Amino acid sequence: MKIGVVTFPGTLDDRDAARAVRIAGATPVALWHADTNLHDVDAVVLPGGFSYGDYLRCGAIAAQAPVMQTIIEKANQGLPVLGICNGFQVLVESHLLPGGLIRNENQHFICRDQKLKVENTSTAWTNQFTQDEIITIPLKNGEGGYIADAETLKRLEGEGLITFRYEEVNPNGSMNNIAGLRNERGNVVGLMPHPEHAVEAGFGPDTPAAMRSGVDGLKFFTSVIHSLVNA
Amino acid sequence: MAIFKSTKTATNVDTTQDAKNSPDKHQPWKELGLKEDEYESIKTILGRRPTSAELAMYSVMWSEHCSYKSSKIYLRQFGEKVTDEMKKNLMVGMGENAGVVDIGEGWAVTFKVESHNHPSYIEPFQGAATGVGGIVRDILTMGARPIAVMDQLRFGAPENDDTARVVHGVVSGISFYGNCLGLPNIGGETVFDKVYQGNPLVNALSVGALRHDDLVLAKASNPGDIVILFGARTGADGIGGVSVLASETFDSTGPTKRPAVQVGDPFAEKVLIECCLELYKAKVVAGIQDLGGAGLSCATSELASNGNAGMRVQLQNVLLRDDSLTPEEILMSESQERMMAIVPKKDLKAFEAIVNKWEVEYSILGEVIKEPRLYINWGDEEIVNVPPRTVAHDGPVYERPVAEPKWIEALNQDTTNNLKKAETPDELATQLIQIVSSPNQASKSFITDQYDHYVGGNTALAMPDDSGMIRVDESSNLGIAIATDANGRYGQLDPYAGAQLALGEAYRNVAASGAKPMAVTNCLNFGSPENPEVMWQFKQATAGLADGCLEMGIPVTGGNVSFYNQTGDVAIHPTPVVGVLGVIDDVARRIPSGWQDAGHNIYLLGTTEEELDASVWSEVIHDHLGGLPPKAKLNKEIELAEAIQAASLQGLIASAHDLSEGGLAQAIVESCLRFNVGARIYIDEIVEQNNITKTAALFSETQARMLVSVGREDDVKFVGLCEQRGIPITRIGVTDTEPTLEIQHIATWQLADLKAASEATLPDLFG
Repeated sequence: MKIGVVTFPGTLDDRDAARAVRIAGATPVALWHADTNLHDVDAVVLPGGFSYGDYLRCGAIAAQAPVMQTIIEKANQGLPVLGICNGFQVLVESHLLPGGLIRNENQHFICRDQKLKVENTSTAWTNQFTQDEIITIPLKNGEGGYIADAETLKRLEGEGLITFRYEEVNPNGSMNNIAGLRNERGNVVGLMPHPEHAVEAGFGPDTPAAMRSGVDGLKFFTSVIHSLVNA
Repeated sequence: MAIFKSTKTATNVDTTQDAKNSPDKHQPWKELGLKEDEYESIKTILGRRPTSAELAMYSVMWSEHCSYKSSKIYLRQFGEKVTDEMKKNLMVGMGENAGVVDIGEGWAVTFKVESHNHPSYIEPFQGAATGVGGIVRDILTMGARPIAVMDQLRFGAPENDDTARVVHGVVSGISFYGNCLGLPNIGGETVFDKVYQGNPLVNALSVGALRHDDLVLAKASNPGDIVILFGARTGADGIGGVSVLASETFDSTGPTKRPAVQVGDPFAEKVLIECCLELYKAKVVAGIQDLGGAGLSCATSELASNGNAGMRVQLQNVLLRDDSLTPEEILMSESQERMMAIVPKKDLKAFEAIVNKWEVEYSILGEVIKEPRLYINWGDEEIVNVPPRTVAHDGPVYERPVAEPKWIEALNQDTTNNLKKAETPDELATQLIQIVSSPNQASKSFITDQYDHYVGGNTALAMPDDSGMIRVDESSNLGIAIATDANGRYGQLDPYAGAQLALGEAYRNVAASGAKPMAVTNCLNFGSPENPEVMWQFKQATAGLADGCLEMGIPVTGGNVSFYNQTGDVAIHPTPVVGVLGVIDDVARRIPSGWQDAGHNIYLLGTTEEELDASVWSEVIHDHLGGLPPKAKLNKEIELAEAIQAASLQGLIASAHDLSEGGLAQAIVESCLRFNVGARIYIDEIVEQNNITKTAALFSETQARMLVSVGREDDVKFVGLCEQRGIPITRIGVTDTEPTLEIQHIATWQLADLKAASEATLPDLFG
């Protein structure tokens, strides 16, 4: 099982995403922004960071990168793609997912352990969760406020495309508490919080049981392995 | 495009020939910050007047910031007051970009803290951002991958109108730059005091890890190697920043100096980091030097001087953002995100392939030559012809006048003895809340929540724990811990003790995490060296730190001096920031600073004395500063640290928190709030045993103390271990299932209320 992890210039969490893939039991394959070849990977992770500095709208330039042209094409054919944080922004800018992400409501970068409710488990990346499960994974972003027009929001709600909602605290002013979305087919998922930072006991969020022992993010990666094995 | 065409001609450049032909031409040495005798000695070195380009180079490199001319004679003792044992693990000592420490298993660590104080007052956002950028590049030049950052901040009084401007700018700048680099921010300090009103301190620390074999030293020693400038283009930013900003006292009536502050591009730096690491890995560079203060002047002269060689440089090959820059400006520019590489000719193709992959711009400036001389040409004209050592290393050295301040005796006599101590339970309870909610003692999450501490996936501890801890080796779990400390109030009363107290506290913080302290870095923030009283403070502080390190057996690996932190005649308190690096064989063994479970016994280790002078209590309750700071007890700190390590290795400790500013009361509240676990505490025994007031029991800042919680099953073993080692140990309570803190005979608080009191302060002031 090979899972590609894309590095754009300015990508920061690529090594973390590769580690998460490894811990889940698959083989990470480094994909380079300028290379249209996906090297026969079975799924792709677009990790967090500040691609090309994000001096334009976040993810806007990355969406035009050579590697994204192949990813968009394959995603439309069913290749599982997970966009985390900046990767979510790239998915939105690529129109693989609808809406947009704007500056956090409080105008600050926010880094915190964030509770999420899993709203949809019929995707390549969430099938190992249970419906309405509450998970805790780190959130860290400056531009994580999800927005969409009323019609899109209605469609997202109506078609069950909202995959994660912020629980207890809406940290960034996202509409309808939206933390993450899926596409209609369920192979593409994007979210602002960082599952790859909650895969290894000792280095994840605090839990009631022990300091930094949260590994709720691991199920994203075991989910995709499960969906590929059973495909 | 025509508008970008150079307008320069050879005729308006001051060449070495011109310098010979017009020996008496007036030169602006004074405006560039040089003293008359310094200008004369440049003439003696060269045997003629300097060209304007040479004058620019000497002026920036001989500035206080670059040459350490006032501090050098004192910094030497960090290299002298050492034993062979202390040097054992030191792979690279002081004098390089950053010191390197062997932490075992083939791994080494390099760390350093540097100031960016003056730019951060003028333009807080860019000043702080580029401070982070600069220290990270220093770490990179040693061949290390940067793995974390920390920052040490001092701001003016919270209620002053200007403070919010500086706080917001600095914190946003660090957040913007550090987060975008992908380096976890794992700790630091934030202190408010009116003495920093016109001189906020922004110190930034970075740490990097490398395999022993990957160590590189920035030097140009092989003739024929190619000199390449790569990274961002050179612009007009930061010109004269070094000499104008960092070496002159702010004059409140003077013109704004904004143009001298650099502007940062963290994306460019992130790309540069990955690019440099790939260059090192491919072994296609003999050395890489960052361009920081003094820009090209510094990089060319230092590389050549370090390699005992020379260099020929064609300055017109420098890629510019602004084509109107003069040669002098190009030499002085402090444009960020630039590096200089020394590349063997045979490796040039491979070098070019890697920088092209990362889309980093580069230009070949020249080559290394055997003759120890730095030649810089502008087209066909020679504009610099100097011995590089005279620029980089043989700058002036001053033994400035030193005078013990006249005011210090009166200040030392004005103790807290006559201040009213709290007597009733109500008074003590009120004071406790006043202290834990005061800006310096309150939760800093408003600031630290703006920093990414997760990136990299190796953060084992971060704020609010006592130390930041990072896993270095993913297979063995080998890691490092870092803490930094400084207390300017202590330093003002006794700078010698102040430096030792900073060392002791940083050491204690590292020890509390379970790591073994190994090495020291520092950033010495002081007023004007031209003031003999400031120079006395500096002399005392450096002696205190060097003596302290010798006593504790851990070496200083490098550091930084920031002088001229004063507005008019008023200097800041002496603020020697001390960073201690520790090593831990297995980060899974790390100890958090708060209690984790109910039903654990709580112990106070160490003895408590009536030491309230310079304390937070005297500041918050009485707005008082006088007397003598608490006694440094470095020997006791070592014993305490060894006991904690022994107990940690046996898995006996659930939490450990050092006692420092705010004393026992502060430590208890923080230990409760860390994981929201309550406690019942009794202090009567401490009062009786030590014969002190209740105020001192709660708020004294006596050193070499720690608050430890221990599970019942480990209790006997732990107490036995402490008694065997002669560590004074007093059981002062138990952790509780109720989310409350009860201090018997004083008060009971809901943890939710304590949390609100602690967390509301900074958002209320700056949110």
